[in-house]
Amino acid sequence: MPAVLAQARGLRKRYRGLTAVDGIDFHIEPGICFGFLGPNGAGKTTTLRMLLGLTPPDAGRLEVFGLPLPRCGRDVRRHTGVVPQTDNLDPDFTVEENLRIYGSYFGLKGSELDERIARLLEFAALAERARARTETLSGGMKRRLTLARALVNAPELVVLDEPTTGLDPQARHLVWARLEQLRAEGTTLLLTTHYMEEAERLCDRLVIMDHGRILAEGSPRELVRCHVEPEVVEIRNAEPTLVTGLSRAGDCRLEQVGSSLYCYTERAAPLLERLRDRKGLVFLHRPAGLEDVFLRLTGRELRD
Amino acid sequence: MHPWGPPRIRLAALAVWRRNLLVWRKLLGPALAMNFGEPVLYLLGLGYGLGFFIGEMAGMPYLSFLASGIVASSAMTTASFEGMYSVFTRMVPQRTYEAILATPLDADDIVTGELLWCATKSLISATAILVVAVAMGALPATPGLVLVLPVVFLTGLAFAGPALVVSAVAPNYDFFNYYMVLVITPMFILSGVFYPIDTLPTTLQDAVQFLPLTHAVALSRSLVAGTGTAVAWVHVVVLSAYAMVGHYFAAVLIRRRLLR
Repeated sequence: MPAVLAQARGLRKRYRGLTAVDGIDFHIEPGICFGFLGPNGAGKTTTLRMLLGLTPPDAGRLEVFGLPLPRCGRDVRRHTGVVPQTDNLDPDFTVEENLRIYGSYFGLKGSELDERIARLLEFAALAERARARTETLSGGMKRRLTLARALVNAPELVVLDEPTTGLDPQARHLVWARLEQLRAEGTTLLLTTHYMEEAERLCDRLVIMDHGRILAEGSPRELVRCHVEPEVVEIRNAEPTLVTGLSRAGDCRLEQVGSSLYCYTERAAPLLERLRDRKGLVFLHRPAGLEDVFLRLTGRELRD
Repeated sequence: MHPWGPPRIRLAALAVWRRNLLVWRKLLGPALAMNFGEPVLYLLGLGYGLGFFIGEMAGMPYLSFLASGIVASSAMTTASFEGMYSVFTRMVPQRTYEAILATPLDADDIVTGELLWCATKSLISATAILVVAVAMGALPATPGLVLVLPVVFLTGLAFAGPALVVSAVAPNYDFFNYYMVLVITPMFILSGVFYPIDTLPTTLQDAVQFLPLTHAVALSRSLVAGTGTAVAWVHVVVLSAYAMVGHYFAAVLIRRRLLR
């Protein structure tokens, strides 16, 4: 396997005045889970489409499996599985038929395909529902079937566009478990998400994107270490007087998001001491996480 | 592929055709009811009803005249409906093409597969009409009837391309009304399905020579009646030209819609 599975340099895409992807660089090593984290409209989906050779970039170079895109899109897709943002299963077919027809698009047939389908139905916990029409499936089942369908060609790379958006917690955890299993088996995963928990849990490396640009790159832990203070005190319904008081004290960096006040600090103990005196104040002390990095890089910072 | 390049035809496109065939097979009952029911109604209602007053037209019983026209016009309507409503359904609400594009198939394969499928549906519908017409005694069971089938397939291809073009630029289903009322219905009325075109005003007679259905009707009628026609090759050339130009623009516009 090559040392680099996918590589982009100066990648750019414009749609009628709107710059969706604004000159990004990244490289993805094989066998890891790589994430594109960003708010809606950050350019994540456009980047994925370019990686599949479905959207021609306006500028830049892009290679997957050492093949140039979009020219070799078909060869790249032959070894890639795709889980789209919105389910696009065939409503006229059963669960099993969906896998079978999809396999036919890769030129698969016969006993090899039969075995693969049986294995994938087990993998997706859908063996019982093999003959059910896809319309009768729950949202979680449809997502699992979409994931199973993406694996029908035994891909080296699986691309997932917001794989758990809209799923309930149980369904989400099952999808996560399957993705972890895939990575353990050596499949490279490439996913977009705006769920921090998902990125933190699944991704070995990730980039944070906004307005078509990459703002930061690293492992979740590196990103937290490099971009935010280690401790956070989150205060709900902070009054303006408190905000003023805290900013005057100067021992923490403040960010206000909605009605919550986030105090970032190297050492939270003195701050907690002061807050404890205040009656009726709701606050939470926790270690900094990816969400804090995300807000730091993309959100509004309180500046006095 | 270049956005304006000629369509690439690959065998892999048959996977798209096959997918549609399998869906069609699932909905076989209603599909065949439509394929057989409609011609029965036309031939009974118009053929016997109008035929009673008309008797013969262009040297053949009106029922035969009508049956040979409807074979061609049904190839047109079947391919057009499939190329508009069904293709749009797969392209937009159902996102079938999005799923297909995530595989080694590409936009050109989708276009080729859909064109072949539209023509296949024309073939199915025309076969049903021929069976009904023969069973009703409207047409004699001659070897010429079998020759109508390739003509019908070619007619299907000639109409499938333009229908895909309309789909590729359609913002919604209502958009198809323009094409139906401005293109399909006038052709249905003017191309010699119900009466010979030499009864039309001369300028209109010249004009309808540019319409593909005129050539499809003329060709299938001559084969059905066993009269033959000296200008059969002209009909074939016109239909083929429509099929090829339609294929080209369908490929260019579907690419533009899908690969942005």
